[in-house]
Amino acid sequence: MDWTFLALSVVKIIGLVFLVILPMVAYSVWAERRVSAAIQDRVGPNRVGIAGLLQPMADGLKFILKEDFTPDHVRKTYYWMAPALTMIPALLTCAVLPFGSRLFGEKMVIADLDVGPLFVFAIASLSVYGIVLAGWASNSKYPFFGGVRSTSQMISYEIALGLSIVPLLMIFGTLNLGEIVQYQAENGWALLPLWGESLSLKGFLLFIPIFISFIIFMTSIFAETNRLPFDLPECETELVAGYHTEYSSMKFALFFLGEYAAMIIGSGLAVTLFFGGWSLPFGWLAPESIEADVPWWQGLIHIGVFFGKVIAIILFFIWIRWSLPRFRYDQLMRLGWIFFFEIAVINVILTAVILIWVK
Amino acid sequence: MTFLFYIFAALALIGGIGVVVNKNPVSSAFAMILSFLGLAALFIQLDAYLVGILQILVYAGAIMVLFLFIIMLLDIEDEEGRRFGFFSTAGAIVVAGGLLLVLSGVLKRFEDGDKVLKPLKAMADAPSDVRQVGELLFTTYWFPVQIIGILLLVSTIGVVVLSKRELR
Amino acid sequence: MAIVVKRPKLKWWEQLYLPGILKGLGITLRHFFATLRGKTKVTMQYPEEKWNDHLPEHYRGAPALVTDEQDRERCVACQLCEFICPPRAITIKPEEIPSEDKWAKVEKRPREFDIDMIRCIYCGLCEEVCPEQAIFLRKDYSITGTSRAEMVHHKKKLYEIGGQRVGLVNKWNELK
Repeated sequence: MDWTFLALSVVKIIGLVFLVILPMVAYSVWAERRVSAAIQDRVGPNRVGIAGLLQPMADGLKFILKEDFTPDHVRKTYYWMAPALTMIPALLTCAVLPFGSRLFGEKMVIADLDVGPLFVFAIASLSVYGIVLAGWASNSKYPFFGGVRSTSQMISYEIALGLSIVPLLMIFGTLNLGEIVQYQAENGWALLPLWGESLSLKGFLLFIPIFISFIIFMTSIFAETNRLPFDLPECETELVAGYHTEYSSMKFALFFLGEYAAMIIGSGLAVTLFFGGWSLPFGWLAPESIEADVPWWQGLIHIGVFFGKVIAIILFFIWIRWSLPRFRYDQLMRLGWIFFFEIAVINVILTAVILIWVK
Repeated sequence: MTFLFYIFAALALIGGIGVVVNKNPVSSAFAMILSFLGLAALFIQLDAYLVGILQILVYAGAIMVLFLFIIMLLDIEDEEGRRFGFFSTAGAIVVAGGLLLVLSGVLKRFEDGDKVLKPLKAMADAPSDVRQVGELLFTTYWFPVQIIGILLLVSTIGVVVLSKRELR
Repeated sequence: MAIVVKRPKLKWWEQLYLPGILKGLGITLRHFFATLRGKTKVTMQYPEEKWNDHLPEHYRGAPALVTDEQDRERCVACQLCEFICPPRAITIKPEEIPSEDKWAKVEKRPREFDIDMIRCIYCGLCEEVCPEQAIFLRKDYSITGTSRAEMVHHKKKLYEIGGQRVGLVNKWNELK
């Protein structure tokens, strides 16, 4: 067995998940509260630490110290499993995201799979089980409604999500996320085709389907991560707190954090597919090829760029959440099945036509 | 990495047994998901990433969600109290035993069974398995793909007609 | 009578919702930056900034007893406030003023005057009902304590908050 490979993987997993993603989850909660406060002309949490920066620690401490109450009427095994089942898929998906080019000759991705986006979708589709299970195991009506809503919502939007990135994959010609980023570093980001091969009639024509896919993709990601305007599984006005009504203490926190982790991974995927991943605009500091080594400082810059973009997308998520009202459930289903599904299919055909006929 | 094979094979088997043994339909469904995950891991160990991922994406991620959806809407209380009768147990054992016999007979005659195949990755400049599957589907198996497509279309139209029909 | 709400006919670009969404995003973004630059009014940072200087004249805070300009306690223990108090926060134990006292003419004064601040709802009825204008709602608003007993304001504390009040009722003074 290759021990260095194992050791490197473990280092990467610990470094990415425990030192970057989880703190990012904690601080995106803080950012959510501060940004929402600023949008609504309030102040937000500013007591713990400078500008409230230690608020996540205080929240975590509070969650751990709270009573972990298990109601009598729940189905115990599944009730205990559900929070873990929302958190695990969210963290598993970050295995294939290329969060940097290379550092000391090592590829900055945990698992360099040839089916990157498919892997993300497959694991993300498992995250619905946590919510469904929470709703069912709680054995009370509002969580159950939340679970049922979540199921149908996720199934509906997975299709649009999967179809929306097909045009991109047709253009890039690969399913390996690392190669996708390398292609964008050399030939212009999908949403910024201003250098390399994209500077042609074909490139500009392809921008139309890419933009349509971007809108469908982002909307579907909102629906998949249960964020407003699509947070019907947990909408407070109708379902108390939806699927996690019966949960308290750290179990509730796991649901909460799982949602934010899914949001971060969704942003990571959006950045990788549409905004060139770790690459800087206009091909600055881009490595020669996917196999070429880069100096360590460039590797660090690439990692920084990736997470900078992810943070920008997260802020966009938050901004949307505090601007738009919630959809009605039939509107949500209508949007998913009648509009996005069809538009995504037409988009695939449009891309194929452009790819074949425009030279 | 043989021990990983054993872990995931055991996972798949335990899941399979769980589907049959559990009386609670939701538990059965989850045992089935477990079994699918074990199976997907086995595919991935054979370097068949696409098949493994599709196993999770389609079966564990979509079909089982629908299963659960239906099960949750049913009242499962009376299912839990049901006991297996003598005839159903005996019938199940006979069918399963017969299947085991047939399978072992076939596998015994399969001569390449103990041959060690080259890993997919090691083949000279093999394209990714997604590309291989795609090329096969769109060249050699183009006609079956079309027929399956038409079949699906017909069933979709059937569903729409059935669900939109006005009740008198 | 049923009201018919006329739904506006949306143009095709309005039906896309995108212009509406962008407009909404613009509004929130404007508020976001306005708050960042400190252009908007935000909440008072309570423990650091306090209401003290901003309280209006008619503010109803903690009720308190007052003395008049001769340091006589104005309260004559008529117990009207005790009777009117909706949550029954006030308890008065009256006593007779001994005849050698300078104010023996008043006849009664409170021996004990307790206001349970856990019960008090700051309605101000005691102030309104008091014929002697002896009880007033002052501007003290953060009444805290670590036990129930601590939250009961005794007579001494009430006079401490209230202090002296000059003017108005003078019927008990010697006529000049």
